[in-house]
Amino acid sequence: MVSVIWGFFIVIGVFFSIFTGQVEPLNNQILKGASEGISILMEMMPVLVLWTGVMKIAEDAGILQKFSNLVRPVLHLIFPSLDKNDPALGYIASNIAANALGLGSAATPFGLKAMDELQKKNPKKDTATEAMITFLILNTGGVTIVPTTVIALRLMHGSANPSEIIITSILATACSSISGLFLDYLIRKRKRS
Amino acid sequence: MNFISLFIIPVFVVGVVFYGFIKKVNIYESFLKGAKEGLVMTFHIAPAVIAMVFATNLFLNSHFIEWAFQFMYPVFRAIHVPIEILPMALVRPISGTASLAILNNILMVYGPDSFVGRLASTLQGCTDTTIYVLALYFGSIKVTKTGHALGAGLFADLIGILASFVIVSAFFG
Repeated sequence: MVSVIWGFFIVIGVFFSIFTGQVEPLNNQILKGASEGISILMEMMPVLVLWTGVMKIAEDAGILQKFSNLVRPVLHLIFPSLDKNDPALGYIASNIAANALGLGSAATPFGLKAMDELQKKNPKKDTATEAMITFLILNTGGVTIVPTTVIALRLMHGSANPSEIIITSILATACSSISGLFLDYLIRKRKRS
Repeated sequence: MNFISLFIIPVFVVGVVFYGFIKKVNIYESFLKGAKEGLVMTFHIAPAVIAMVFATNLFLNSHFIEWAFQFMYPVFRAIHVPIEILPMALVRPISGTASLAILNNILMVYGPDSFVGRLASTLQGCTDTTIYVLALYFGSIKVTKTGHALGAGLFADLIGILASFVIVSAFFG
């Protein structure tokens, strides 16, 4: 899927530039494209490194654990098909906690483990269960408290207040996650009746 | 509200370091361990970022989007939405690096404190790459019949885009 987009961008970009007679800037762009990628990385790296450092302290101090204990009771409401002591619920909680704190690399293993646990109790192995679907809707909503890369990019481009988009992001995430979960709930209800 | 977002990061950092110290965590060692992970992560994403910045720059600077979506101009102008956001909204569910590259382009051209800049930043922060996450998670356990996961996920993304616009308008005008 990503291959298609990437190829599409390059082919359309080059052909359309030639077609509209922008050949000279095209040459420049092809040669400059890679160095701009590097400069983005160089600007992003310090913020990313600092943040993962701070978050490691949070993880080692047990904040991640506390946070996942906090969301667990709420999760039980969202996943009525799972037992309260289901190990999958613990992994889901950790996944959401890690995502929320911006520990993307720590979140994925938890998420995969949660899917693994859910699959163990799945009677039809090629078909997604209700809990799996709900979990993915919650996960793709991307509940992030601090969008580190965005802040780093804004800093790089000279924003007066790079972190001002934190609140707007959280509110927008809440809207999208809640509406996704609500739609999921409606579909589940309709299937039962 | 602006005041709050200005203080989130400093308060968070101090809070974590202080709490770690009380809990007798070796905060310096932990920080170094985490920072190293961040460094590895940066190198890990480097090829994808370079590839995507290269491709999106070619694409956006060819002004194909403006041409292809000319017919949408009046609609976007009528509801006061900048058209520059369209390619980013279309790409966001599929590739995080591609939308990051488009965000970079928007911030470069219009500035991070412009309306489009803030809207694009919020959009990048408010949702995840739905299609990629679905493929990864369902692929890992070999589930092929995914029910309404994709539909509901994309619906949530759409709501996220609309909500971003409304919220950014309300906050920054």
